[in-house]
Amino acid sequence: MGTTRQLANDAEFVAELQDCAKLLIEKLQSNNFAEASRLIHNLYEVRDRHIFNSVGRLTRALHDAIVNFNVDANVYPEANSSEIRDASDRLQYVIRMTQDAANRTMDRVETAAPIAANLGQEAHALRTEWARLQRREMSKEDFGKLYSRINDFLAQMGEGTDALNQNLQAIILEQGYQDLTGQLLKKVIGLITDVEKELVNLVRIAGQVEEVAGITTERKVSDKSADGSIGAEGPQIHAHPDVVSGQDEVDDLLSSLGF
Amino acid sequence: MKILIVDDFSTMRRIIKNLLRDLGFTNTQEADDGTTALPMLRSGDFDFLVTDWNMPGMTGIDLLKQVRADPRLASLPVLMVTAEAKRDQIIEAAQAGVNGYVVKPFTAQVLKEKIDKIFERVGG
Repeated sequence: MGTTRQLANDAEFVAELQDCAKLLIEKLQSNNFAEASRLIHNLYEVRDRHIFNSVGRLTRALHDAIVNFNVDANVYPEANSSEIRDASDRLQYVIRMTQDAANRTMDRVETAAPIAANLGQEAHALRTEWARLQRREMSKEDFGKLYSRINDFLAQMGEGTDALNQNLQAIILEQGYQDLTGQLLKKVIGLITDVEKELVNLVRIAGQVEEVAGITTERKVSDKSADGSIGAEGPQIHAHPDVVSGQDEVDDLLSSLGF
Repeated sequence: MKILIVDDFSTMRRIIKNLLRDLGFTNTQEADDGTTALPMLRSGDFDFLVTDWNMPGMTGIDLLKQVRADPRLASLPVLMVTAEAKRDQIIEAAQAGVNGYVVKPFTAQVLKEKIDKIFERVGG
């Protein structure tokens, strides 16, 4: 990598410097100012060459890092194939897939719920009638009605439970989206990890450029948005003392503050 | 009772709408952001607002603040239903005048309890 070459060049520079310095002292002590002057010019040239080499190396490294981002520097931002754009498309697709799966599942539930409700309602009504029969409070005519009502009910149960089972089965199948979205998400995680690596590389290179050029920068850290209010963060995935872990903690927090 | 449900995810709006319907609240409308919700509230005669926090145009907390700042809407009962779970955020919502705070994921039971509590308090 560049760092070992850089260390070698530094050591080289220091060695040249030491040689020149010894010679310089000799020439100065013997009043050989012409030679001393030549040696100092030499030192300048060595330093300039050192800087030139460092800049050349950093430029090369920067070029490589940019190429690794898979974006053609001449065509950006009109690049036709950008891995970042692909990742973004994939994530949009995941949103769409999960939304569709959720809606289709809810459709199934909304179809199944009335079937179950109706069967339950009729079963309750029949129980009441059956209780009358058991208490021998039922006329022959009513018994005849109950007889056919139960007959119909058994048929409804058969059809109804078939429909329910079908819907339940379909709901299981709908959950298959998780496999597909999982695959897409894994790809995007891979890409993000690669991009992060390249960015860390770039930051390191930038640091070296600053060193060579003698630039220092301040780092700004700010948590809150301009108007002082706390920004939205979405669902918290790690436990943390600042994060409540459920509705009970929310309720406790609010009542402890008098709300 | 006329209720406005605000969330940028249509699946969540559908879930809340269904739960409210199961509780007997059938007069509901929907908005997908604070920016679309506010004009609806101003011209709509709503009795109750259920809103998410994290929305791209105007967040739920900003919507709440706008509602409390408008004399015609200031006393509108507001329930936040949100994934935002940091203590600072819960406190900020309470201080901004929210009437109830439900964190996602939530149950039908919790939603019912919070709604009952709000309307027993307001005396409605």
